[in-house]
Amino acid sequence: MFTRTYVQVIATFNEDGSITPHALTFHDQQFIIDRVLDRRPAAATKAGGQGMRYTVRIGGKQTYIFLDEQQRWFVEEKEHVRQISNP
Amino acid sequence: MRTILHSDCNNFYASVECVFDPALRGKPVAVCGDPSKRHGIVLAKSEAAKKCGVKTGEALWEAKLKCPDLILLPPHGDQYIRFSKMMRKLYSEYTNQIEPFGLDESWLDVSSHTLSGAEIASQLRRRARDELGITISIGVSFNKVFAKLGSDMHKPDATTIISHDNFRHKVWPLPAGDLLFIGRSTVSRLAHYGIRTIGDIARSSQDTLHSMLGKGGDMLYAYANGLDESPVMRTEQSSEVKSVSNSTTPPFDVDNDTDARRILYMLSDSVASRLREQHLYGRTISLWLRSETLHSYERQTTLTTPTNLSKVIAQHIFQLLYQNWDMHSPLRSLGVRVSDLSFSPQETTLLVERDPLLMRHEKIERTMDDIRKRYGVSALQRGNTLQKKNPLHLEDVHHNFSAANMSAIHGRGEGI
Repeated sequence: MFTRTYVQVIATFNEDGSITPHALTFHDQQFIIDRVLDRRPAAATKAGGQGMRYTVRIGGKQTYIFLDEQQRWFVEEKEHVRQISNP
Repeated sequence: MRTILHSDCNNFYASVECVFDPALRGKPVAVCGDPSKRHGIVLAKSEAAKKCGVKTGEALWEAKLKCPDLILLPPHGDQYIRFSKMMRKLYSEYTNQIEPFGLDESWLDVSSHTLSGAEIASQLRRRARDELGITISIGVSFNKVFAKLGSDMHKPDATTIISHDNFRHKVWPLPAGDLLFIGRSTVSRLAHYGIRTIGDIARSSQDTLHSMLGKGGDMLYAYANGLDESPVMRTEQSSEVKSVSNSTTPPFDVDNDTDARRILYMLSDSVASRLREQHLYGRTISLWLRSETLHSYERQTTLTTPTNLSKVIAQHIFQLLYQNWDMHSPLRSLGVRVSDLSFSPQETTLLVERDPLLMRHEKIERTMDDIRKRYGVSALQRGNTLQKKNPLHLEDVHHNFSAANMSAIHGRGEGI
């Protein structure tokens, strides 16, 4: 299961109207975006939602960040399921 | 030869809900009105709910009986309109001849495109899936009627091609009622003459159909034989507003003229404000009433001078109300519509001087629009609409371009 987690993003608003994200803060930790690989409208199929999807490389790993219609950035976060085992 | 596409967003409202909550995917879901406001009917359902027999328009308790696990969701009109606009933006990358048919369906004329109809259809389906997260069914044909039939044939997420070569084989065995604009009464009239399939219509003589159904018979003959030549309107033509209307089902049955008058005044206010917003004036004013037994009827009157004033609209609406309602049969829903629109009051009445009193009223109502725009619709209310018993909220009727209004404008509204 995935959830939508809204994150803080540092970005540049370019002359042509496009936006280039540079860093995001996720659970109080800042991650530098090495490169934006792709940008297109897309549905967030795992966590739900729709917006502009940025395919980015962070620390050598490829991931998605989304900018929704309310201009909020979110990532699809995997929910950690805590299992309680019977004694 | 023309290449026409008809695109139909599958289970549109329910699909949009699933985009925002993927956990709903594959489950029986129904988007429904608010039962506490007596709007408790199914507005749209998912594929899984459809398989359980849930139907659009039925009461929630009926739907729950058929499908006890049915998940009920409130509608999010703004999101549906946003997704509808995004779909139209997608279509506009292929053609500027896009004719919407409600929020979820559109015809596209792609005759001048370098790609084939089937190729465009598969691109659109893939992009709707990836970019919006919804599925669409597309009919590809050489006219609008067969394209529409094609999009209904295979669902969800499918392309159906109906060509000159295969339409006799694919279309003719279908029931007559599947053809566009054939309603239940025409089906039974045709059945009376032994005409049950589209093929039966095509094989009948045009004269016979004409004698049965008049001009409608000629139209059916053309449709069934693939002779429909109606053009796909360009975007700017099809978005032309034909009428502005608003209707409401209050939380209580209306059994006295005080309640009827204040509701109709609110509706007139909302319609007039939207007319002014679009710089329109209307000449025909219609009152729509639905009784507690769900029997509905509409009465109209035509003015000599077009108007966009709630005062004038309400006056004529009250006249129509008193002429057509005996107050013994309680009303479930009421509606106001203004049609026969023009861009200026002088357009149809040249050389007629405008009444100074009406001009004063227009100034007052425009000031009301400004105040409401700045501080919200409840900021300023008419004294005659305020009442402690059976309170009504202005926001309930003052909604600009809700899904219902959009469909009314495009000629698919239910009732008004």
